[in-house]
Amino acid sequence: MAGHASKQIDAKTLWGGKMSPFSTSYGKLMMWFFLVSDALTFSGLLISYGFTRHDYLGSWPIGEETFHSLPFLDGNYPLIYVALMTFILIVSSVTMVLAVEAGHRMNKKQVTKWLALTIVGGFFFVGSQAWEWSHFIHGTEFGRVELADGSQAIVKGNFGEIKNFEVTVAGHHHAVGDKITEDLKHEYTHAVAEGHVHNEIITLHDGSQAKINKAANTDLILDIKEFGGKYKIGDKIEGAEAVAMYEEAVNSGEKNRIIYGANMKQNEYGPQHYGQFFFFITGFHGFHVFSGVMINLIILFGVIGGVYHKRGHYEMVEKTGLYWHFVDLVWVFVFTFFYLV
Amino acid sequence: MLRDDIIEYSLEGHHSEEEGVKLRKTIWKVTAILTIITALEVAVGIMFPKSAVSEGVWTAIKISYIVLTLVKAAYIVLSFMHLGDERKAMRYVILVPYFIFALYLIFVLINEGNAIFAALTQYAS
Repeated sequence: MAGHASKQIDAKTLWGGKMSPFSTSYGKLMMWFFLVSDALTFSGLLISYGFTRHDYLGSWPIGEETFHSLPFLDGNYPLIYVALMTFILIVSSVTMVLAVEAGHRMNKKQVTKWLALTIVGGFFFVGSQAWEWSHFIHGTEFGRVELADGSQAIVKGNFGEIKNFEVTVAGHHHAVGDKITEDLKHEYTHAVAEGHVHNEIITLHDGSQAKINKAANTDLILDIKEFGGKYKIGDKIEGAEAVAMYEEAVNSGEKNRIIYGANMKQNEYGPQHYGQFFFFITGFHGFHVFSGVMINLIILFGVIGGVYHKRGHYEMVEKTGLYWHFVDLVWVFVFTFFYLV
Repeated sequence: MLRDDIIEYSLEGHHSEEEGVKLRKTIWKVTAILTIITALEVAVGIMFPKSAVSEGVWTAIKISYIVLTLVKAAYIVLSFMHLGDERKAMRYVILVPYFIFALYLIFVLINEGNAIFAALTQYAS
């Protein structure tokens, strides 16, 4: 590629300051040095994730159990969504390298095309990550349950549909006999998490109380993830017993017996560290992607304006390309260590 | 002012249409490899979930995941980022310091994590 790389130049000329021993421009070399330092930052984060995981006594969340949803679809699709995100990023990396290649032929039209497509891919990835975060924060239908003996379990099964809330005690907004049919699931999970559900009576925000008309949950499996007293990690409780134990927690009226989703203090998927590492590592990477998209956009304006064509070379595209490939490279590792292993 | 002691390396990057055809072929080949590896990883993750396989099998899967990841990373760095086309000296300047730090950190932190795990198992409960 680089012309000088293949030519033999005597060592004195090379290292004497006449030429770069790497036969590369200052800008490109400095981009590489920056990427090395950034790579070390990401390595530090991922390796400390490994450290936390190795010293944890309980059971660490498993990728295919935690990430199994797709937008607009119900059902179980383990890892499909994150595989899609990975694919989007790989493809945008390919369009980037094609833009660089077109730049070496001084083909402005093709550089514009491929760089624009790279930016589109980048936006798709950032959008996908936004959905992933939203899903991670809001959580599943069942959440994570703390059983009567103190052990904790993740729950799988079919969630019985909530038909309505029938008001039995009037509050500020609702009169006795009102049937509330809106925003049921959200109200329900919020009340369960806060301990505002007691013996199938929900206490709403306005102080009114209502009877929950809900179909029964079926096919529940309680998968023990945290040792309590009676059960050990890996135990599975099924059938009527599982339903009864889950209902006991829902109707206990105690706060935090069931945890939905994730925040900075707790999460339903596993230990607190897990959620924090998820937010930090994918967030830090997502921010890199976002800034990469912005830099690509600026360079695209330069390409369209003919700045680099006038300059005689498209090395700016090459440099932003290096950064963009790096972002893809980091995701390859995040994908493996956060989702697969 | 024009300076004659600075060499414009940026202009050395150009290549002809014919070379471009060859380069694009390589790019699409690498794309196919990366896609196939990712698809393979996901397929293994779905078909052999951790909860369904024995510990030994899972360890084997884990190691193969890490190997496949390194293969993918090598293709991205050497081919897409063109580090493979750079001078040997530059390759080493980029890669060697990184690997020294990263491997040492892996060694230290994973060992320490395991040691803390052992201590907690012994004394915590």
